[in-house]
Amino acid sequence: MAGTGAGYDLSVNTFSPDGRVYQVEYAQKAVENSGTSLAICCKDGVLFAVEKFMLSKMLVPGTIKRIFPIHRHAGMSIAGFLADSRQIVSRAREEANQYKSVYTDEIPPEVLAERLGNFTHLFTLYWSARPFGCTVLFGAVDPETKVPSLFQIDPAGLVYKFKGTAIGKGKQAAKTEIEKLMANPDITCEEALVHVAKIMHKVHDEKDKDFELEASWICPKSNYQFAAVPNDLLKTAEDKAKEMIEAEENED
Amino acid sequence: MEVIAPRSTAPRREFAKHVEEGCPYRDDDVMAPEKGVSTGTTIMAVEFDGGVVLGADTRTSTGQYVANRASRKITKMDERICVCRCGSAADTQALSGFVQFYLGQHAVELGRPPAVKTCANLFKIFAYNNKDRLMAGMIVAGWDEKSGGQVYNIPLGGSLIRVPFACDGSGSGYIAGLMDKTYRPGMSKAECIEFVVNSVAHAMARDGSSGGMIRTVVITKDGLEETHMEGNKLPFGP
Repeated sequence: MAGTGAGYDLSVNTFSPDGRVYQVEYAQKAVENSGTSLAICCKDGVLFAVEKFMLSKMLVPGTIKRIFPIHRHAGMSIAGFLADSRQIVSRAREEANQYKSVYTDEIPPEVLAERLGNFTHLFTLYWSARPFGCTVLFGAVDPETKVPSLFQIDPAGLVYKFKGTAIGKGKQAAKTEIEKLMANPDITCEEALVHVAKIMHKVHDEKDKDFELEASWICPKSNYQFAAVPNDLLKTAEDKAKEMIEAEENED
Repeated sequence: MEVIAPRSTAPRREFAKHVEEGCPYRDDDVMAPEKGVSTGTTIMAVEFDGGVVLGADTRTSTGQYVANRASRKITKMDERICVCRCGSAADTQALSGFVQFYLGQHAVELGRPPAVKTCANLFKIFAYNNKDRLMAGMIVAGWDEKSGGQVYNIPLGGSLIRVPFACDGSGSGYIAGLMDKTYRPGMSKAECIEFVVNSVAHAMARDGSSGGMIRTVVITKDGLEETHMEGNKLPFGP
């Protein structure tokens, strides 16, 4: 055990001499190996997209979802260990249902995000627990005011509110593109779909396996309810995105 | 000026300890503990455009005995939500306390005043989950940003019903017809106050367990106004 930090990475309840909790950092590393997952908060709703690697040619398209409904007006996209994320998804659904049955109103997105942050954080406090190897993007639209909001909850239990963000392998490149896209504050989910498809195809690493684009949204097109983007819309957006990328490449 | 009586130094008699097995209290023993303090009551609430009016008599009785002739049966739950209580005073006070606690926490988490329906639903949860143990009827009324003035009735079984006006307590039976006859949808604030005072006065005239004064509370977006009308100045009475 020579050198600072060595041997301090085995348990989540031991700080290293320089004040770090290695297990939590390793959990964050697990997220960075995953396919890119992004979400943006448009003027009229929230749009989620996930890069899903096709592990085998025999895999049925649409299998292994990475975007989940939480309640009628909220959803969640995942990067990292999918199995770990199910704990967060089911907790989120439980909290949403319980809140509604007690207070009659739908749970405010801020409150649910904060509660999920607390839940995630609990797994960084006990030696008998392992932090979640996943980060989630939680988006919701207020059914009354139609105001969309988006949150990121990481393995440490931190909760960030975003206009748009990306997690996973291509997060750096994707975030730069999202920043350009969100320069237009009036963009709608429907308009953004093609750009998001373009971002996902652009950040996809050719060395990786082929991928399937999974997308969901909460916007006027889905009657402000959480729903998968219809296949035909997604297909046209993807085709158009590919054309745009090709055209850009020919320019250079 | 209010005078506070010096506390008696005589030992308080604890009834239960002095009673032999199988010995019933005398039927006319007004202090018999099992009789309990209950708000044999007339309470009501009406909704108008922009708020609600709540009304109640002020008699609290222990059997035949008037334990308090100027009690408050309208309890504040939040800045713009009140509840009219009827049934066992102990049960409804305890229930209001729990709901105040949970509603307070909810308001802090929410960062804005809670909805009237939320308050009513909390009452419903307690009333329903403990229906075998409770004798508590509640009328929750108030104003919130989203839905304006609202009245919710939570009768004995623990159901929750939104109504344009509600009435409960032992006196309510005597005035059901009167209210149906005199209520008109779309009444102004002043008309609603008159409706409440008149209805409760009639109930107090007929119901032995209702009496004293009439207290009214008006809730609008500007807050709460509490007034009362003394027993000898009622619009109807002996």
